[in-house]
Amino acid sequence: MLGLNKADLRLYLIVLGMLIFAPFIMNPFPEGSGLAQFNGGYPDLLQKLVIFGIFAVGFNILFGLTGYLSFGHAAFLGVGSYAGVWMMKLLTMNVVPALIISVLTAGLLSVIIGYVSLRRSGIYFSILTLAFAQMCYSLAYSVLTPITGGETGLTLSLNDPRVLGTSQTAEGNIPVPHFFGLEMNASSTLELGAWSFTFNTGYYFCAVVMAVAFYFAIRLFRSPFGLMLRAVKSNQARMSYTGLNARPYTLAAFVISGMYAGLAGGLMVAMDPLAGAERMIWTASGEVVLMAILGGVGTLIGPILGAGVIKYLESIISTINSTILHQWFAFLPDGLEDFVVAIIYPFVGKGWHLTLGIVFMLVVIFLPGGIVEGGKRIGNLFRRKRREETPPSSTTTPAPKPGE
Amino acid sequence: MEAIILQILNGLDKGSAYALIALGLTLIFGTLGVVNFAHGAIFMIGAFVAVTLNRVLNLSFSVIDETRTDFLGNPMQVQVPYVEHWFGTQTGAAIIDWSVPLAIIVAIPIMALIGIAMERGLIKHFYKRPHADQILVTFGLAIVLQEIIKAFYGANPIPTPAPDAFVGSFDLGQIFGFEPFAIMYPYWRLVYFAFAAVVIGAVFAFLQFTTFGMVVRAGMADRETVGILGIDIDKRFTTMFAIAAIVAGLAGVMYTPILSPNYHMGMDFLVLSFVVVVVGGMGSLGGAVAAGFLLGVLQSFASMSQVIDLIPGINQVIIYLVAIIVLLTRPRGLMGRKGVMED
Amino acid sequence: MSDKNLSRRGLLKAGAATGVALSLPTIFTSKAYGFTNEPGASSVTLGFNVPQTGAYADEGADELRAYQLAVEHLNGEGDGGMLNTFSSQVLDGTGILGRRVEYVTGDTQTSSDAARSSARSMIERDGAIMITGGSSSGVAVAVQALCQEAGVIFMAGLTHSNDTTGKDRKANGFRHFFNSYMSGAALAPVLANAYGTDRNAYYLTADYNWGYTTEQAIQEATEGVGWNTVNTVRTPLGAGDFSSYITPVLGSGADTLVLVHYGGDMVNSLTNAVQFGLREAQANGRDFQIVVPLFSRLMARGAGENIRGIFGSTNWHWSLQDEGSQAFTRSFGEKYGFPPSQAAHTCYVQTLLYADAVSRAGTFNPCGVVEALEGFEFDGLGNGPTLYRAEDHQCFKDVLVVRGKENPDSEYDLLEIVEVTPVDQVTYAPDHPQFSGGELGTCNPGA
Repeated sequence: MLGLNKADLRLYLIVLGMLIFAPFIMNPFPEGSGLAQFNGGYPDLLQKLVIFGIFAVGFNILFGLTGYLSFGHAAFLGVGSYAGVWMMKLLTMNVVPALIISVLTAGLLSVIIGYVSLRRSGIYFSILTLAFAQMCYSLAYSVLTPITGGETGLTLSLNDPRVLGTSQTAEGNIPVPHFFGLEMNASSTLELGAWSFTFNTGYYFCAVVMAVAFYFAIRLFRSPFGLMLRAVKSNQARMSYTGLNARPYTLAAFVISGMYAGLAGGLMVAMDPLAGAERMIWTASGEVVLMAILGGVGTLIGPILGAGVIKYLESIISTINSTILHQWFAFLPDGLEDFVVAIIYPFVGKGWHLTLGIVFMLVVIFLPGGIVEGGKRIGNLFRRKRREETPPSSTTTPAPKPGE
Repeated sequence: MEAIILQILNGLDKGSAYALIALGLTLIFGTLGVVNFAHGAIFMIGAFVAVTLNRVLNLSFSVIDETRTDFLGNPMQVQVPYVEHWFGTQTGAAIIDWSVPLAIIVAIPIMALIGIAMERGLIKHFYKRPHADQILVTFGLAIVLQEIIKAFYGANPIPTPAPDAFVGSFDLGQIFGFEPFAIMYPYWRLVYFAFAAVVIGAVFAFLQFTTFGMVVRAGMADRETVGILGIDIDKRFTTMFAIAAIVAGLAGVMYTPILSPNYHMGMDFLVLSFVVVVVGGMGSLGGAVAAGFLLGVLQSFASMSQVIDLIPGINQVIIYLVAIIVLLTRPRGLMGRKGVMED
Repeated sequence: MSDKNLSRRGLLKAGAATGVALSLPTIFTSKAYGFTNEPGASSVTLGFNVPQTGAYADEGADELRAYQLAVEHLNGEGDGGMLNTFSSQVLDGTGILGRRVEYVTGDTQTSSDAARSSARSMIERDGAIMITGGSSSGVAVAVQALCQEAGVIFMAGLTHSNDTTGKDRKANGFRHFFNSYMSGAALAPVLANAYGTDRNAYYLTADYNWGYTTEQAIQEATEGVGWNTVNTVRTPLGAGDFSSYITPVLGSGADTLVLVHYGGDMVNSLTNAVQFGLREAQANGRDFQIVVPLFSRLMARGAGENIRGIFGSTNWHWSLQDEGSQAFTRSFGEKYGFPPSQAAHTCYVQTLLYADAVSRAGTFNPCGVVEALEGFEFDGLGNGPTLYRAEDHQCFKDVLVVRGKENPDSEYDLLEIVEVTPVDQVTYAPDHPQFSGGELGTCNPGA
């Protein structure tokens, strides 16, 4: 089916299902209840989850397969964003040309950076990519301000010379990015009792792109090319003894993963047409590393989960303030309420970085394989229990494949 | 000519800070094989030891002064530090004035404890884990440490002045036969430079001339063999971690009068000192020091307006540019050894 | 074989579901609202988007305090603060148009990306009808553009760059804070008076948008009074040690250093300049001088004694003696125990102005609010008589020239007011070259 084996197909269908029903899955709590704070089913967050998922999937193609740890992937995302906005300023508000140019520009940059950086391996490779990305960020923030908008970011304006399309709408506003007429910010709301679900065109556009990108990633993982990349990771020296030159393979992986980053950057500006320089800073590159590791490096679904968890926590925890905390714990007696709030307060709102740091440490210390490994452990726990209850059957669990 | 000499001095000064941090980083690389992203945070904590001591010395009780009013029109509460109350106004004020040098004494045991706690409590469990895991867990630790500092001290920089005796500039040029006032350099920056030289010298001497240092150097070269010889190398490595923490912490303490400390100064220095270590060569102590000074000086030169006019933006990227060039021409950095950190 | 069939069916289902999902927007009709996030009958939600992490977190915390105070006063709690001194008396402590004021908070992280994202989540998830806050111009411009697209009002917090109401002005965005041009126009005469009209100035400028507009504004204003510009050097953001930029200053023939830095950079560059003895130095036979165009009291604390005697400009200071300022300082000080910063003041005032405009317009519709604010003249909010100009949505009011105090009474008492520059002197034409290249467009009420 689609050239996928059974397990992969199941995984792919699960991801498709998650993408389609995300507006429901992410909005489990009724409107107006105390827990509505934890609802994440609004367009901005859903789009972010998918976009960073694509970014992390692409990063995983490089890091997960070849083991080369790039600390500069945010640069490709940023360059893709800038290219996308320029396309919208100059050509058309249709997002398709913007996405194409984003991917191509990021690909071009990754060819250059990859060609140079891949001459070294290990931590030296990491530092080289970090150095290139920091150069991109510093220049974009300062001397390249005419091209990048600098500190403010590159935005659309009312007098952009848009060749195919209008500079402003009839009402005198900046036109909205669209996909052949489908406006990205259009939303519909479905009210079901106390629940309210929002369906956003932009989100579903991202979801379709994600579905395609994820399919491509699965095929790549299972292809002979993917096997070759794993060989690079496990033993590059032995590979070269067999007469194979690893460089073209790693460079190809680097460029593909850079193009994924560019695609993510292009989608970001398609959803919200502004490209800021901060998305290229080294901590942004660090963030995608964290996403991959948190989810599970080298697994197909891990990076998506990691990206989801980090972006969700960022959006939800940072908006919790002391008033909300007091509302939650209002049922406690006064003294106890203040005490509980005082304990939790340093970890939410402005303290969400602290929570993030602690979560990372805990995951890296206790769950080196990330969420995927955690899921497997829990799964094994249940399976063992069931096996104790039922007599052993003839079905055997297939040996875990690398990259599952 | 004077301008160039001044820039060299600036570079050496910047380089001292880079070298001190990079020295600790590379020491940990070389001995423990651990990539420690929390090293910048140790530098930051050192600076905040000085801030804390300053605050402790300034602990005050309030006296109500009826003659003055505060911003709400109530009688003003005047703060009198306990130190001034106990030791008399003059001695007390002098103690507060010298809080930064005093902080050195306080910082050594504190930093050693923090270093040991970090190594025993966390890093120890990561010796056998991939470098990516080490980077991540120490990165997480760095975030946690800086957020804790922020929770207590806020986000804005906190002024921590040098003793009055070191305020002002020294006419360095006159000694070497320049015009008077041509090359003026602030006393405290000269002190910082001298201090860095002493600390670096002490670390080298310790490794070179003591049995302990000899074993550690042997361990750096071939950990397994040393272990087979029946030497408990782990315990010594813990000590090395503590020493690295002390070096970075002292660098932080002494830097406070130059740069008002804030919670993210560690992260700001981390990437730079990382580049310094890699340019110098992983695990090479001499390389780290040399690269620290080299990058400091180059950065200063790139900041001159004549250079910026020639190549716009060069002051933004010079460090990274140098790193790229060095790594491409000398694969293991300036003084790196083969086989370190290449997997 | 059966296996294959199963998965084909599964895929068909998935495909059908995808098709339904994609066509959803046409199946459900959008909410038939006249404008984005029309509030219900009982409450209205405002979005406070301030830096809670990063270098401006302390400013952000002070802004949040001011917002909470403003919400209290609007809901009729507390002592009412500047509601009592405000020239427009339509606000009566019953919320806005009879609806209780509620608020949500977000973290801008002082990054335009993060700020837009948190503003979007407040609009999309929490139904915020107005977004306000921020402590940097990059964020203000980015969020202002977002609010224009989304169809809500943006009341800018601390943003000083000309661009916010210049080339990046937007119909849905309003700024109460002053700007680079006003700083230049207010400072130049005071500087000429204090230091003479034949000074040679050397500029160290933060290498980003705010730095560029402020450098241009100060340069043009001081050259107008006869000063000469020796050199302008761009410094990277967060350079830390500024020594290599400071040392060339003395040998350059300049006798005045203008530090176009804000926040942590200002603290560091000023501290470095003082360390290198610039304040005691002599150049061209005169005492060397340092000028910092934009002062922030919160940041000034970081510079400690180095700030004493240095000229700069500020939007507002708690020591002002007018009724409005005193009322605000009193109610802020009694609630939190220390005086408010200029960031807190501008945020508090912006919230009141928005509430007042809604009440006068009788609607939350952004277009009604825009109409009510455009050309609005008011008084009693701490800066004297003020005009919200219709052409660019910038407030025109007196500007304070301040100087670092020689003998501060407390850690809050760092600045003394040297001159209150009258509004006429800092007013400019809407199409002034420093502000050209932008247009407001039309107000956008959204959905």
